[in-house]
Amino acid sequence: MAEKQKRFQLLQGNEACVEGALAAGMRFFAGYPITPSTEIAERSAVRLPQVGGKFMQMEDEIASIAAALGASVAGTKSMTATSGPGFSLKQENIGYATIAEIPIVIVDVMRSGPSTGLPTSPSQGDVMQAKWGTHGDHPVIAICPCSVQDTFNQTVRAFNLAERFRTPVILLMDEIVGHMREGCEIIPPDELEIHNRNTHMINSMPYAFGEGQYVPHMTSFGDGHLYNITGLFHDEAGFPTNDNQIAGEENDRIMKKIQIYKYSGILDYEEYQMEDADIGIVCYGGTTRAVREAVDEARDMGYNVGMFRPVTLWPFPEYELVSRARQLRRLIVVEHNYGQVLLTVEGIIKGDTKVEFIGKVNGTAISPTEIIKKIEEGDE
Amino acid sequence: MPSKLVQETMRTRRLPHIWCPGCGHGILMRDVCQAIYNVGLPKERVAIVSGIGCSSRAAGYMNYNTLHTTHGRAIAFATGIKMARPELHVIVVTGDGDAAAIGGNHLIHACRRNIDMTVVIFNNNIYGMTGGQYSPTTPTGEKGTTAPYGNIDGDFDLPKLSEAAGATYTARGDCFHVPQMIRLIENGIRHKGFSVIEGVSICPTYYGRKNKKGSAVDMMHWQEQNCIDIKKAAKMEPAELEGKVLLGEFSRVEGRPEYVEEYDKIIHIAGGDR
Repeated sequence: MAEKQKRFQLLQGNEACVEGALAAGMRFFAGYPITPSTEIAERSAVRLPQVGGKFMQMEDEIASIAAALGASVAGTKSMTATSGPGFSLKQENIGYATIAEIPIVIVDVMRSGPSTGLPTSPSQGDVMQAKWGTHGDHPVIAICPCSVQDTFNQTVRAFNLAERFRTPVILLMDEIVGHMREGCEIIPPDELEIHNRNTHMINSMPYAFGEGQYVPHMTSFGDGHLYNITGLFHDEAGFPTNDNQIAGEENDRIMKKIQIYKYSGILDYEEYQMEDADIGIVCYGGTTRAVREAVDEARDMGYNVGMFRPVTLWPFPEYELVSRARQLRRLIVVEHNYGQVLLTVEGIIKGDTKVEFIGKVNGTAISPTEIIKKIEEGDE
Repeated sequence: MPSKLVQETMRTRRLPHIWCPGCGHGILMRDVCQAIYNVGLPKERVAIVSGIGCSSRAAGYMNYNTLHTTHGRAIAFATGIKMARPELHVIVVTGDGDAAAIGGNHLIHACRRNIDMTVVIFNNNIYGMTGGQYSPTTPTGEKGTTAPYGNIDGDFDLPKLSEAAGATYTARGDCFHVPQMIRLIENGIRHKGFSVIEGVSICPTYYGRKNKKGSAVDMMHWQEQNCIDIKKAAKMEPAELEGKVLLGEFSRVEGRPEYVEEYDKIIHIAGGDR
């Protein structure tokens, strides 16, 4: 018997991810067990058949993303979830989804690495893998939630972006967010903004797009339009081509569609106490809570500190951070790695703002105390 | 002027195909189309899924819902399509390297699930697209560009492998015995469950040249004389069967639960159909 979901529940981030996905319309999930993302597969296995959807445990990580893409081609909103090693295995098919323009949500609950690393410990080591993991030049959307409720909300947004822009969207969680338990409001679909792909084919051409548009529409297999999908560069009909002009134009369009629509819902960031700040802290995902607490405490101590959190990590809110940096003396990047977002921040911040860094990679979480210490040290 | 079948089932604007002169794949592609036509499946209800390699270029020429995926992953993509749209007839067109090397894991696990799907493996005993490297079906001792002194790996018997892994219909045809190949594919499509049909192709350009098999015509003649129907083979002595390739339907199991139907029972138990 399908259990009616209570509106407010105590959930893990991983569980909230599944509830967000279901609210967004996910009806197919394929996955493979891997710590610390397994609860996403487990809850999907329970919940999907309750709503008439389907869950599959596949033979490996590659099959999981492949099956999810197949289901999406057949018109079903689909997701797969994994962690570091599995994320590496999925990379080739993320590129396939990009060029074939198949909507899908890929969840990576980051854990400490490389290789098997510290499977149960927090890390944010896959930030650059999310951006550059698949081969070739390509755009990417990666979203980074910071709490259980945020995971629910951002999973809905991830599905919406995938459907609107016919693109893979990476939900970049980390072990802290995936395993923390908090109260979560499961917002029903009719109270959410839900986007579905446009299935009306333009000029009977599967990869044709309207004047001034960058996203072709997508009819599902079985809906009557017979067409070809391929990972090769292809013409408007979806048929492979070696024509350099067509290949170049297609590549340009796929890159541009994410840039052009960056301000149509892709970009998202949060600021906390930034209005009068002269010290800024950049953080995302699992470090956010420690940073927020450090900001509050440091303010009590007399420092004008604020937090800048990119919610959409890729594409990065570059302009927004640069604009803010004009008022800052110092900018501290806090992350659980050796400085992956730091690279981006250093690349965009020119001028007088000093960029500093707190990184931690031993599998323990960065504490508010460590952040406050950094704030104090720099102002001695 | 293309034949009625070609006009009916292929994207004629995209022909001629890219395969080398004398390649057997064109015959096998036509056999798949003929089988679909004979069974009478509406085109919009057919999904052709392929991977990477010579075989997998077939999908683009065939006028159905066609998905040309990544190397080795066709069966996994096809599984997602079948689960999302059970009313579609899903046919995977793949090759020996695609299905049995890089995609071997997906092949055996799909066999184990017995999901309703038909897999046709165009076996040319070589990696053709990359220029003639030995594959999991290159016979031991024969040559490829990466086996210049002879292949020391054992080779797979694809129907046997599939049957052992749980496929409920297994068969082998070739590109010479066309009516038989068409019939085997038809039976695979009609069979409810996971069907694997190997189609022994010829690759005169790489496999043939490396192993001194002669011209395309010579290789077709070889198939004519050495690919033996299992019914005929049953009456032959073991010595006579040395070096022969057996053709026909090897196994068929009726009544084993089919995966999509089994999942529907899960949905019923979970209450998702109410």
